[in-house]
Amino acid sequence: MGAENLKAAPVDLMFQPHPARIVRVLPQMEGHRLFQLRFVDDDAMLLFSHGPGQFVEVGIPGVGEAPISLSSPPTRQGIVEICVREAGLVTSALFRMNKGDQVALRGPFGRGFSTDLFKGHDLLLVAGGLGLAPLRSLLWTILDNRSEYGKLVLMYGSRSPDDVLFKYELLSLMNRADMQYLLSVDKDDEGIWRQYVGVVTGLFEKVELDPGNTYCALCGPPIMYRFVIREILKKKISPKRIFVSLERMMKCGVGKCGHCAIGQYYCCTDGPVFNYDEIRDVKEAL
Amino acid sequence: MTTMLFSKDEWGQGLLAVGKSIKVFVPVKEGDFTAFQLLAEETVPDWAYQNTRMSPKSIVYPQSEGMFKYSLEEGDPEANIVKEAPKDYTLQAVVGIRPCDAHAFQIVKRNFDNEEFRDPWWVQRYEATTFVGLGCNEPCATCFCTSVGGGPFGKNGLDVILHDVGSRFLAEGLTAKGEDFLAGLTGGQAAGEKELGEAKDLEGWAGEKITAGISTDQLKNKVVTQLFNAPFWEDVAFSCINCGTCTYLCPTCWCFDIQDEVFGKKGDRIRNWDSCMMPLFTLHGSGHNPRDKKTQRVRQRFMHKLKYYVDKYGNGIQCSGCGRCVRFCPVNIDIRQVAELMNNY
Repeated sequence: MGAENLKAAPVDLMFQPHPARIVRVLPQMEGHRLFQLRFVDDDAMLLFSHGPGQFVEVGIPGVGEAPISLSSPPTRQGIVEICVREAGLVTSALFRMNKGDQVALRGPFGRGFSTDLFKGHDLLLVAGGLGLAPLRSLLWTILDNRSEYGKLVLMYGSRSPDDVLFKYELLSLMNRADMQYLLSVDKDDEGIWRQYVGVVTGLFEKVELDPGNTYCALCGPPIMYRFVIREILKKKISPKRIFVSLERMMKCGVGKCGHCAIGQYYCCTDGPVFNYDEIRDVKEAL
Repeated sequence: MTTMLFSKDEWGQGLLAVGKSIKVFVPVKEGDFTAFQLLAEETVPDWAYQNTRMSPKSIVYPQSEGMFKYSLEEGDPEANIVKEAPKDYTLQAVVGIRPCDAHAFQIVKRNFDNEEFRDPWWVQRYEATTFVGLGCNEPCATCFCTSVGGGPFGKNGLDVILHDVGSRFLAEGLTAKGEDFLAGLTGGQAAGEKELGEAKDLEGWAGEKITAGISTDQLKNKVVTQLFNAPFWEDVAFSCINCGTCTYLCPTCWCFDIQDEVFGKKGDRIRNWDSCMMPLFTLHGSGHNPRDKKTQRVRQRFMHKLKYYVDKYGNGIQCSGCGRCVRFCPVNIDIRQVAELMNNY
């Protein structure tokens, strides 16, 4: 697929969850929180090794499991970070939990972004809304090994100035000389936004990309892909250089239960990160 | 490989004896239909049945299976620890399974037992099972096994195959597992030329009785997007009531859902058969649903069986030609017609 199969969970562990404790809860914006988790068993924590773009099944005994992408980078081991929107049964139950409470994790699962492929090249990361959650993992993977990658551009579109995730963390990137960081908000009713106001595609006027040397990583709401990909293609970047992270109802996470089928692919094992060239003709994918 | 002849009485006695050490499932009449039941002293097997209403897939892959257990008792040091529920991998034999249903297990195996991940429970129960098939002297009008790589006496996926030659069964061992099974049976005698000849004739006659067929030869050359956008899907789906009967009866449908169920302070994580015909099947927590319309779901079922499966695995379709979905669909949607539409589009 071009995306990388990163350290698949051992066979006997595919359904077996492991207890993990909530270490810290960091509110992001309304209805969104960053949960920091640690496996109760130190060995399980040491063995946990993931790539950017992979996901875990977060389980709450008595409620169920939900697939949630990892927000922490593999370069910072020892903690599992997930950025969660309160939406369904499991996430609502998670929002009723606090520091010290216990959940059950399994994973990491799926194919993430191939950092081996990206090394030595320019990168464009485009996130929309909660799509920043998995891209934050990729972002810090790159920043922690900055010299291994070329030019870095991050575009991040939010609904309004109140809906920006990782606000202060991202502010700290504003003045970095080794990356270009562009923010947009769809609307700014109070007139407090100093950056671009409009949809994220408007940011493409502000960047220069080397089509032969740039890889793109995208994650956002379903509506975003079509428009952002059109802008990328206008910059003469090949579809083969575009990677998208998709969301599906990944129940089992290991390619058995059939819920996340997209054409002939399973989102959980063939994805969730797909090469755009390989799925652009797969119906219902984007 | 051994070929033996058993009188039907002898065969029944032999199974009862074997049934004391392993689980033996046989077809038994239940009202208007037939179903596989665990063999007991009082069981009267129905060897003259055509096929069971429910496929025997539940013998390896239960409709509802406890995956894990946990306690939610406050103060319990084991609270919230998710532990594997006890599983039963007793050796078992499904005796009298039709060749189409045995073939179906081989189709499903590609999903549960592959290089990526081996499903621990499906694989172990499958490996504990001996498949003793009963060739079809009288195929149903809805059968089309011969056009999907099987036949009324097809051997794919079987360990033993039986020919019903009047008052007797001719049993042929096909694998080491099947040979072991036959060796464990009492009675039986070597088959003579006469019976072997009868068996051959039966195969010929049965093959001729299957007149229905589906065309699949062009499916792999079709372009997914063109099939997907074909104009016939609205027509195919028009009468569908999304009841899911087709998927639950299908021996090759493998999808499941995972649910937590709590009784008092005890919880179970259970996996249940699920159906792509249901709108909740693809619903995300966010509210987004990639297949929220009936036509999309009907298309998904047929595209998966007849195109995506073909593309993914390179050969065969995800159908063994048992005809259950054709017989039991309340609104007469017929996979044979849909395959024809797709293959000729």
